[in-house]
Amino acid sequence: MSLDVAFRHAFPGVTLDVRLSAPTPGTVVLFGPSGCGKSTVVAVLAGLLRPAACRVAVDGDVLADTESGLFVPPEKRRIGVVFQDARLFPHLSVLRNLRYGLRRAPGGAFATEAVVDLLGIGRLLDRRPHTLSGGERQRVAIGRALLSQPRLLVMDEPLASLDAARKAEILPYLARLKTSFNLPILYVTHAPDEVARLADTLVLIREGRVIASGPLSELAARADSPLAAQADAAAVLPARVVRHHPERALTALEAGGRVLLVPLLPAPEGERLRVRIPAREIVVALEKPAGISIQNIIPGTVHGVVEDRAAHAALVEIVLDDGHLLARVTADAARALALAPGRPVLALIKSVGIEVLA
Amino acid sequence: MIDSIAHLPLVLPPVVVGWLLLLLFGTRGPIGSWLLAWFGIRLVFTTGAATLACGVMVFPLMLRPIRLSIEGIDRGLDDTARTLGAGPLDRLFTVVLPLAAPGILVGAITGFAAALGEFGAVITFAGSIPGVTQTLPLAIYSALQVPGGEAVAARLSLVAVALAVAGLIGAERLGRRMRAAIGR
Repeated sequence: MSLDVAFRHAFPGVTLDVRLSAPTPGTVVLFGPSGCGKSTVVAVLAGLLRPAACRVAVDGDVLADTESGLFVPPEKRRIGVVFQDARLFPHLSVLRNLRYGLRRAPGGAFATEAVVDLLGIGRLLDRRPHTLSGGERQRVAIGRALLSQPRLLVMDEPLASLDAARKAEILPYLARLKTSFNLPILYVTHAPDEVARLADTLVLIREGRVIASGPLSELAARADSPLAAQADAAAVLPARVVRHHPERALTALEAGGRVLLVPLLPAPEGERLRVRIPAREIVVALEKPAGISIQNIIPGTVHGVVEDRAAHAALVEIVLDDGHLLARVTADAARALALAPGRPVLALIKSVGIEVLA
Repeated sequence: MIDSIAHLPLVLPPVVVGWLLLLLFGTRGPIGSWLLAWFGIRLVFTTGAATLACGVMVFPLMLRPIRLSIEGIDRGLDDTARTLGAGPLDRLFTVVLPLAAPGILVGAITGFAAALGEFGAVITFAGSIPGVTQTLPLAIYSALQVPGGEAVAARLSLVAVALAVAGLIGAERLGRRMRAAIGR
């Protein structure tokens, strides 16, 4: 099944022409700078904006199609939306906020207790929205959207207005949400860490156009993608826990067709998770070094080198059996090692430099 | 257009409004004759006429705070209610009106206070019949026309002051509670 959105809409000064298609269920992350049209995609999808020309379909159900004149109003679309500013009803208690959508829904899989438990908002039910912290508000907003029994959950930068601590508080709930329910999610953000943590499919958008889309593991590690142009560029790979080595306090993961050693994890063997390997944590070598603290020496082939002239650095894309890595080296090192497409190299990765995401 | 007509009583002398009402709703006026022929209602110089005159006079005063409070509601909340499955009428009763409640209260109190003081339009359209169409200021005025009526006028003025003070205090308290309820 799939989520398909295509529309054209002219605002004063910019014309948006967006076409995106992503497999469902799964999490589609819409990534792009502020003001590139991400929120317009949300408004079109939810039906809050009626563009000059559009076609919206979720899992085969057409919700809007200007050609046939079909336009399902927002209240009949069953698309749950979580906005950046939570938008809880100020005159209702948390519980009545949660039930607002539930009471108007035709019935469905999401039960109040399950959602309240998942989001950890059981103690807040009698409170008023203005007495909640930003993070609590956002969790209630997510719960309210879920209880409206949506066929698709849309989140428009839900963490953008929160500080780093509140963000860290909510991200695990979002990751749990992803795995607990078989619900398609469209997640809008401009924060790379949220992309790494949540995305299955990544859609890159800029100046009102989709510039690339595809599975995260392929897109994130392309040296020429806008995601890689960030200072904290990183490859994200799906991984599996192979075995634990308690005597060495290490865990072996399989990722990208290679074995990676990371500090001992509490996860059971066979568990699927994802790893984020920042480009600056990788050292590129031509020969196997001896007497070195690095645990992971991963063979691969250079696929491309993109120079960042301003920073005198180069981003090297290294192909593994099943995935890519990104390494950030100085431009001088790239020249000294003659890094060019097709050259076999070794990627040296510190175990503690690998971020394991739930 | 409708907006201007609704606001007209604010800028016209009240006596003119009363006279226009008399022209429209008098037994030979276009609306008055119709009311009389179809329903047998004769409005002029009745309590109903005094009520109508007060209503027309204070309507523009009430309209402004109510409209301001509705316009002040975050549009995003309305959109959110839509995505949660609420239709237009549903949203009016569950989102718009509860959030506009403080403004509606202010409008109601303002209207009540202004209606208490209504003079010109009532005396022109409904007359000053004791116990039927006589408003508080009309009663005070006629008391003052009678020699030795100062005592009555003073007592009535006290009533007016008491009503006004009670109204203001009540409005303040209710308003505070309402604003707390919607978290402002």
